[in-house]
Amino acid sequence: MKKFFSLILVVLIAVTFLSGCSGKPAEDVIKIGINYELTGNVASYGQSSVEGIELAIEEINKAGGINGKKIQAVKYDNKSDPAEATSLATKLITQDKVIAILGPATTGAFKATIPVATQHKVPVASGSTTGDDVTVDSKGVKEYAFRICFNDSYQGTAMANYALKNLSKKKAVIIADTSSDYGKGLAENFKKTFTAGGGSIVAEEAYVKGDTDFNAILTKIKGMDFDVIFIPGYYEEAGPIIRQARDLGINVPVLGADGFDSPTLVELAGASALNDIYFSNHYSSLDQDPVVVDFIKNFKAKYNKEPDAFNALGYDLAKFIADGISRADKLTGEAVKDALENTTSFSGVTGSFSIDENHNTIKAIVVIKLENGQQVSSERVSD
Amino acid sequence: MEQFMQQVVNGISLGSIYALIALGYTMVYGIIKLINFAHGDVYMFGAYIGYFCMTTLKLDVLPSLLIAMVCSTILGVAIEKIAYKPLRNATRIAVLITAIGVSLLIEYGTMFFMKAGVRTYPPMTGLMAQKFHIKGLVITMQQVLIVIITIILMVLLQFIVKKTRVGKAMRAVSLDRDAAELMGINVDTTISFTFAIGSALAGAAGILVGLYYNSINPLMGVMPGLKAFIAAVFGGIGIIPGAMVGGYVIGVVEVFVSGYLNSMYRDAIVFAILILILIVKPSGLFGRNVREKV
Repeated sequence: MKKFFSLILVVLIAVTFLSGCSGKPAEDVIKIGINYELTGNVASYGQSSVEGIELAIEEINKAGGINGKKIQAVKYDNKSDPAEATSLATKLITQDKVIAILGPATTGAFKATIPVATQHKVPVASGSTTGDDVTVDSKGVKEYAFRICFNDSYQGTAMANYALKNLSKKKAVIIADTSSDYGKGLAENFKKTFTAGGGSIVAEEAYVKGDTDFNAILTKIKGMDFDVIFIPGYYEEAGPIIRQARDLGINVPVLGADGFDSPTLVELAGASALNDIYFSNHYSSLDQDPVVVDFIKNFKAKYNKEPDAFNALGYDLAKFIADGISRADKLTGEAVKDALENTTSFSGVTGSFSIDENHNTIKAIVVIKLENGQQVSSERVSD
Repeated sequence: MEQFMQQVVNGISLGSIYALIALGYTMVYGIIKLINFAHGDVYMFGAYIGYFCMTTLKLDVLPSLLIAMVCSTILGVAIEKIAYKPLRNATRIAVLITAIGVSLLIEYGTMFFMKAGVRTYPPMTGLMAQKFHIKGLVITMQQVLIVIITIILMVLLQFIVKKTRVGKAMRAVSLDRDAAELMGINVDTTISFTFAIGSALAGAAGILVGLYYNSINPLMGVMPGLKAFIAAVFGGIGIIPGAMVGGYVIGVVEVFVSGYLNSMYRDAIVFAILILILIVKPSGLFGRNVREKV
């Protein structure tokens, strides 16, 4: 009798395991991994990116998928932790058998997934990692890593040129976030280009993340002779800096980079302080390009809010990968990588771009102007 | 000169905040010899209560200030009753570690409920948005408010400590707890009262900072908490006028370092002051050197 039961047990176990194998073949869908910061301290970047990605995948599937195959997204939350991002990348590749991975959104976490991707020959792509050494370092280009946004040094250079040429400013003060690579990289490149172009840096001040009192450094620069302020940093500190500067009567134009792009900037600084503010960004909702107009309309219909730059980048990223997969001669990570490398003049919401030999994008930057807290104009600037 | 005066104004505004927080540190230390590391988080809590009053309840500044002070008082007393009272006779290091634990609990608890991002107070209108221009100096209404409220609270505190029965009890307990108990003073109530006053001041500092900088977040109490601790040590920990002076000194030093040297040295110099004080005069500016009885 005992033997009988153990036999049944063995059969049951066998059935359980075998049934796992006999699922429907995954041939009719294309699996793409989504590895993003859905919780944790940079969750807002991850969540926004994923909203854009999901809108794009929905549109692609509605239009019949890629060469007749629907995209199936496998979504995981890396909790804003690079170590978690690495293990999720491994899981997506080895267990879920995805053909490409989107994300993470931030430089540190994205870089952590690249070794896994290279080892398994599966491309990883990010929409928003602006660090200079993301896709290429001293050892050469990272074969399986792609990004579709410009890098920090490009932003710093572009803003310096904008100050010199478009605004005709010659004397700048830099107030930099020295606790982040982002701030330091931007400050360095701005300085290099600005001085090379005939401008001079009157003063360089520094702050660290979490500071709220900038009155001392602003009072110090108030007595100096300068005509523009560059703040390489994020909106959390840029908002109070602008507010306190305007309170002290410093009314020169303020320049920044994509770290300014948040509705919270207006709350922190107050609308009345946000005059003569220029910052570089990936995309502007004021753009009249039909691709952009359509995107904004569809985004609003799905999420009932205005899209931000991360939404736009996420959207472009999913379309970019889908485009690569559709051009790949077979459905392997290696073939998709080759196709992505050959992307030229891809037309997205964040501008038309090509992939260069370093897996970076060549595209125009958007400079947005704020008056009274509102975006009043945007122009595309390319070097 | 103009710039110098403006820096003094900046330093005094910042110093007022440090002084308000430092008072709580120093009072609690004076009475139970505990460095209450959760004190900076009571300040953060006050800022969030103020935020809630002014955005959700749409209250005015003064009622919000009072509510924030009352809520911070409740939190401070609750911390004392739940976390520190059971450890009244434990080693000092055990209580200190508990204080760090309470601090982390409040910080990350707030982060869980309120999210990690910064929040902003509603835009100031009318009188609160005023700016005064005096001979090239710019003084905002918020700065005036911070200094005035700080001074009022300090005078009130001096009155309570020097002139009331509770104040007398506080001084007695801090001088010698056992003797005070023998004289019929209720030590537990007195300790709770000390926490209550200290927390109310921290709560007031919290909402004032929210108004002044317009930016609050769950970890905002960490740095000011440490700086206020340095201020308390500077003035002589346990000595109330010492904390006030210490707060203003640290605020002004910080502003002058940023203003005339390099803003990157600001924190380094403030912490160097702590080390110097501990080496040269551990009892602080106003402290007397008491020989340890062997």
